Amino acid sequence: MSEIAGGIFTSHVPGIGQAIAKGLQQDPYWKPFFDGFHPVHEWLKREKPDVLVCFYNDHGLNFFLDAMPTFAIGAAGSYRHEDEGWGISGYKPYPGMPELSWHIINEVVREEFDPTMCQKMLVDHALAIPVELAWPDAESWPFKLVPIAINTVQFPLPSPKRCFDFGRAVGRALESWEGDEKIVVMGTGGLSHQLEGQRAGHINIEYDTFCMDNLSRDPEALLQHSSLDIVELAGSQGVEILNWIAARGAMRGSVTEYSRNYHIPISNTAAATMLLENHEKVIA
Amino acid sequence: MFRPAGDDRRQIPGTYVFDGDAAQRGFAINDMCFSFNKAENREAFAADEEAYMDRYGLSEEQKKVIRDRDVIGMLNSGGNIYYLAKLAGILGLGVQDIGALQTGTTVDEFKAALLAHGTRLKEMTHQGEAA
Repeated sequence: MSEIAGGIFTSHVPGIGQAIAKGLQQDPYWKPFFDGFHPVHEWLKREKPDVLVCFYNDHGLNFFLDAMPTFAIGAAGSYRHEDEGWGISGYKPYPGMPELSWHIINEVVREEFDPTMCQKMLVDHALAIPVELAWPDAESWPFKLVPIAINTVQFPLPSPKRCFDFGRAVGRALESWEGDEKIVVMGTGGLSHQLEGQRAGHINIEYDTFCMDNLSRDPEALLQHSSLDIVELAGSQGVEILNWIAARGAMRGSVTEYSRNYHIPISNTAAATMLLENHEKVIA
Repeated sequence: MFRPAGDDRRQIPGTYVFDGDAAQRGFAINDMCFSFNKAENREAFAADEEAYMDRYGLSEEQKKVIRDRDVIGMLNSGGNIYYLAKLAGILGLGVQDIGALQTGTTVDEFKAALLAHGTRLKEMTHQGEAA
């Protein structure tokens, strides 16, 4: 049977991609952020997951406002990143796993969720950068990918509870998959930051700490706020924590915190990286 | 009326919640910015901004705020920051330049304010360790 070994949660600031391209991992500005990935690298080397299920938000590469899905599940044989407007591309394509994608789609729809099904899907920096951070030396990707995009752009956004429940349904689908793959989930974006308006530069250390403290032991504490509450607390783009909430929902076992890094600032963002382990519940 | 009038909507100071009204108002400007994913479109805009804005049917107000590089004006006319970021790239502006333009500070002041959050976090962490 398949196994969800853990979850990686991290920021996806575009500038991180530029720092990787320039090899700035040891630069004093960037080092405190990149160092947060050492435990992630050790863990991935040990666990060697076969499948990555990544919850992220598209920033206007694959989806535009003509048709904006609340939840979109990739079901392609492969995925690639393209130029998002800044002339940066060239990340390695990602192998897909359509049979698992369709299993997830079938199961979550059976549970009365209504995702958009995507047999072609470009993935943007919100997926590409966390993957580069987690597997920096991979000559070819050692995993197969199921990308799941959540709308954090066009209001109304799904509620945190809806995202958590959707993540739970994805988690149940993964648990019922008959393959013997080891799975890692990922939630990207955040933490607090705001790019637009007179409040640009907003950061909320207290709210971020609340989220990080509760992510492993009491994720439902994060559901007490509405998406608009989160915009007020964490900033317009801080609401990307919806991706973290969904990914955490997919982890249904006994969940423990393996590593945490929180550093301010990376670009305009309070940047965080967390790794949680998912253990099977002990049946007494 | 089946939805709250504008004045009843929740206001978050200094923040532009990109709701259905903003999305309708800003469709043309965002559509144009979405086209900037392609390098040839970025070049076409840079070569002739007016012709390119006409091609996407921008309103006079939207054209004016783009000519003026008025970021708050772009937000007021329905621009969404994720799409505007692609325009900013053509104009050679990073998110901290954009931040400074919107907050009425210099770029150095904007960066210093971000660093101050980092300093506060370090102080909190040290206090926590001492406690």
